[in-house]
Amino acid sequence: MESLTFRHTTKKPLPGSVPNAITGVVASGNLEILLERVLPPDACEVAIETPIAGYGPVWEAVVADFVARAQPGGLRISINDGGARPDTVSLRLLQGARLMEA
Amino acid sequence: MAGAHAASTDPNALSWYEATARQRVVALADPGSVQEFLPPTERRMSPHLPLFDLPRAFDDGIVVGRAKLDGKTVLVAAQEGRFMGGAFGEIHGAKLVGLLRAALTLKPAAVLILFDTGGVRLQEANAGETAIAETMRAIVDVRAAGIPVIGLIGGRAGCYGGGGLIAGTCSRLAVSEGGRISVSGPEVIETNKGAEEFDSRDRALVWRTMGGKHRRLIGGADVFCADTVSAFRQAALDLIGRAPAFDLATLEAEQARLESRIERFGDCRDATDIWARLGVNDPEAVPAMATRAFDETVSRVREADHDAR
Repeated sequence: MESLTFRHTTKKPLPGSVPNAITGVVASGNLEILLERVLPPDACEVAIETPIAGYGPVWEAVVADFVARAQPGGLRISINDGGARPDTVSLRLLQGARLMEA
Repeated sequence: MAGAHAASTDPNALSWYEATARQRVVALADPGSVQEFLPPTERRMSPHLPLFDLPRAFDDGIVVGRAKLDGKTVLVAAQEGRFMGGAFGEIHGAKLVGLLRAALTLKPAAVLILFDTGGVRLQEANAGETAIAETMRAIVDVRAAGIPVIGLIGGRAGCYGGGGLIAGTCSRLAVSEGGRISVSGPEVIETNKGAEEFDSRDRALVWRTMGGKHRRLIGGADVFCADTVSAFRQAALDLIGRAPAFDLATLEAEQARLESRIERFGDCRDATDIWARLGVNDPEAVPAMATRAFDETVSRVREADHDAR
């Protein structure tokens, strides 16, 4: 297993007040994402556990893209990966952010 | 609860088979009534899977909690069939056993178990086997306290292995076309006995032998329902209202019924032979029947309704 953690500063907090949400399932090619509104409003942390080692730079790029697009300030995001492709990860992250905004 | 906002939760539109465990629970219960115990934010994960370099799930593949069903309090457990085949690991099993034991104190109108499992998780097999035994014991205690335990089966993993044993101890079962109930799964049988005994790639054979319609016709399940969350909700309400007594007479009737079943059908080579012997006019037509036509067929088969399963 490989553990990766990325910390970002955002320009603004994620809108809404949902305290936590989960989306996705740990299955082949899929992943689960747990989002918790527990950090300062300009901080975002993404922690990943993945059985597929060696893809740190890809995760870093996908997470950076998500943070730039969603501005998920205040969120701690925890990921259990089942070998999801980058496009799936990206969609799940955006789906998770949307659930938190509801 | 985390996930209460999960995508589409319209119970009429949501396929039970396609839904996640959490979506099933949220859509099955009265709106906004679900209170999850040990939710994903608690991170009660398997202590064993990291040893095998396998990913864990925040809820170890099972959602447990309290909810309302038509205003009545029920306890509910839902397995996630897509995480490790919904298999019983140590935490997964402990959550189900804990829920059942809590029922003795909380006295809900029923305990609902949304099965979706291939049985014991092989990477933590001893803990999983123990969990199966503890779950069956806990169900017996709950039923003895007068609380019905209802199994709902319609997920992609079916209900196999120890899950099939647990289902056998429930008060009542509802199953859909997609659901399957058995102990040894198709691939297990083929591996041990060969493809001539059971060809696991023959999907029609698998469904004829273990599928929801067969289980309903021989009385192994008490309701056959369409693959929607609202159909399962209706089935659960119906079954809570007519759970059998849990006493010596019921158990003796079950034993007598099982003996007569093996006597009547033991020489059959295929489920269609059994259906013909049960009095179904056109057994070959059963697999393609829609829910309503199938319900009419069931209503003409005496074997299908019986307090003893």
